[in-house]
Amino acid sequence: MARINNLQDLNKRREQGIASLFPLKTKVMVGEATCGLATGAGLVHNALAEEIEKQKLDIILSKTGCIGMCYREPLVDVIESNRPRLTYSRLAPKNVPAFLNQILEGNHKSRKPYCRIDEDIFIGNGETRRYFSGALPDDLGKISLMSEIDFYEKQVRIATRNCGYIDPDNIDEYIARGGYFSLHKALSTMQPEEIIEEIIKAGLRGRGGGGFPTGYKWQSCRRAHGEVKYVICNGDEGDPGAYMDRSVMEGDPHGVIEGMIIGAYAIGAHEGYIYVRDEYPFAVSALSLAISQARECGLLGENILDSGFSFDIQIGKGAGAFVCGESTALMASLEGRAGEPRAKYVHTVEHGLKDRPTNLNNVETWANVPVIVGRGSEWFSEIGIENNAGTKVFSLVGNIRNVGLIEVPMGITLREIIYDIGGGIPKGKQFKAVQTGGPSGGCIPKEMLDLPVSFDELSKAGSMMGSGGMIVMDETSCMVDVARYFLRFLESESCGKCVPCREGVYRMRQILDDICAGRGKEGDVQLLESMSEAIIDGSLCALGGSAPNPVLSTIKSFRDEYDAHIRDKKCPAGVCKELA
Amino acid sequence: MNEVSISEDTIKTIVEKYHGEKSALISILQDVQKEYAFLPKDALSLLSEEMEVPLSRVYEVSTFYNSFSLVPRGRHVIEVCAGTACHVKGGPKLRSRLEAELNIECGETTEDRMFTLEEVRCLGCCSLAPVVKIDSDIYAYLEEDKIPGSLENYRKERRQSGEN
Repeated sequence: MARINNLQDLNKRREQGIASLFPLKTKVMVGEATCGLATGAGLVHNALAEEIEKQKLDIILSKTGCIGMCYREPLVDVIESNRPRLTYSRLAPKNVPAFLNQILEGNHKSRKPYCRIDEDIFIGNGETRRYFSGALPDDLGKISLMSEIDFYEKQVRIATRNCGYIDPDNIDEYIARGGYFSLHKALSTMQPEEIIEEIIKAGLRGRGGGGFPTGYKWQSCRRAHGEVKYVICNGDEGDPGAYMDRSVMEGDPHGVIEGMIIGAYAIGAHEGYIYVRDEYPFAVSALSLAISQARECGLLGENILDSGFSFDIQIGKGAGAFVCGESTALMASLEGRAGEPRAKYVHTVEHGLKDRPTNLNNVETWANVPVIVGRGSEWFSEIGIENNAGTKVFSLVGNIRNVGLIEVPMGITLREIIYDIGGGIPKGKQFKAVQTGGPSGGCIPKEMLDLPVSFDELSKAGSMMGSGGMIVMDETSCMVDVARYFLRFLESESCGKCVPCREGVYRMRQILDDICAGRGKEGDVQLLESMSEAIIDGSLCALGGSAPNPVLSTIKSFRDEYDAHIRDKKCPAGVCKELA
Repeated sequence: MNEVSISEDTIKTIVEKYHGEKSALISILQDVQKEYAFLPKDALSLLSEEMEVPLSRVYEVSTFYNSFSLVPRGRHVIEVCAGTACHVKGGPKLRSRLEAELNIECGETTEDRMFTLEEVRCLGCCSLAPVVKIDSDIYAYLEEDKIPGSLENYRKERRQSGEN
């Protein structure tokens, strides 16, 4: 791969990428992120390859990441010269021969497309490119536009802009959709302080859950004393029920890398780490390949884009510990130690990894950076609502019709997410609660469905944004059991360093076990509440500090279920076996 | 049962791959586990000597992280996803059924060393809940009643390959 030194080189690669994204020949593209593969995308790919080989077809076979429509996996897209891009859903390997025949014959005899895309909008630079010119072919008039189906209509895809559009292994396709132009802009026309100013003005807040203003974090790290500084990408995504970071790492690894290079330049760091959890093998392989390509192209390493700036990235792999998503625990783990958090009265931006100034952001935050630099803070801050600019990616899962990954502007209401995008609750069941924020979050009841989704509003509601898991529960979920589920999780994931978390969560879980088994006593709820207060006050890190949230939020909104368990020895949802 | 012969050269090669960096301890342990399917005691002692890291620290790290095992595991590792979406969609039922079918508790290995049953903290395919992962294959939307058949497939494969 040739080195990219200047705008001219970048444009050349862009042309190659465009030719690959909008080919003159027919191209078939399979969605092969973890979720796609689990539903058989790998087998579909193999069947396509075999059939193309057997019939000696002049068809390009490619792959892409997750476009978010997990409820329709496995997904296969067909791009033909001067035709809209067509998305087919739930293709099985045995249907591949008939499917290829219909492409060759130009009909929809064996399978109707699920939706079509007429034009591709590159959010990275605002460019629009149509798949065809002139009028829409007659046979496709009845196929819905992807951007108009309920699931997509309200979405704005910034962090997930390339997922499902590019082949993550093809750096040229990333460049074609605006990639690495922001890096070029940053390195050639902007001073580090200017970049930080842009990020501050954009109002970008940490997407990992805390919501800390990213620009101010960068500024503190830049101002911290020390020759050697680090930037880290937190890809530990430990919240059960959240998988947006996996999707971005797998589907658009260069988006994360570009964000990190820009951040490193702004902060004055020359070494970076991406910490990926052990459960995400495909994310590690996608990132590893992308890093080596970026090195070959001179986008990582010495003298990036001939600017004099040098920076490189290494991958650190987790080994299965939820607490390592906490920044100080993550840094301990990167140093090869047990992932125990430390008190943060000394900030990591001053004393972080190897005791040096360190700036840590999560995957989604880094993925936003190139777009902000490329399109400007003003453009970005107009999306979303005051103090909560931009979008947030959510994994909309649980008992909901359209499960998948969505990216929506901040300020959208839970009702819009669950009913308009998610299509409501299946099987005629009633909505009961939506759990957000992972084990640190809480359960939001139906009375609060009109809540606008933002960092501040979710915290006010007793939950939190967290990394973006949204688990929808219907009447078949028992809220006491859900609270116990999270405490069990946290009990086994507590690192054990400080007493309130280690012993407190354990005791609370025992009380919940008793309640679920019909041994609950009057006063248990009050006891849970007072223990929660002590754990929140006394814990060292956020894991303990937020551990009681699932209990407190369910007590607040579903007190009647606790009372039914304790007083009437009944589980209204019929989940707790001993009370059935 | 837990005795395996450790090749000193293998351990040395792994340590050298990371230039003996103490900060690479986790990656080194991962490589050792890949080699032996668990972390044998002798391998840990050897690592401690080679890397000049106290054995107590090697042990601390090996026991802190969920993905390391100090006991041999079965030929096939079954991981039941314990993520929230899977919990809501019936994950606990899958776990009980697997425990019943294999006649072991979660965290244990069957006597014939065919299967190890473990719980995993969210595999990140929440849209396909409930899921179970066997080795590197993910079973999406798994129904309880499909479990016996799936397990039988692995046993059959074993019998067909004629291995002991």
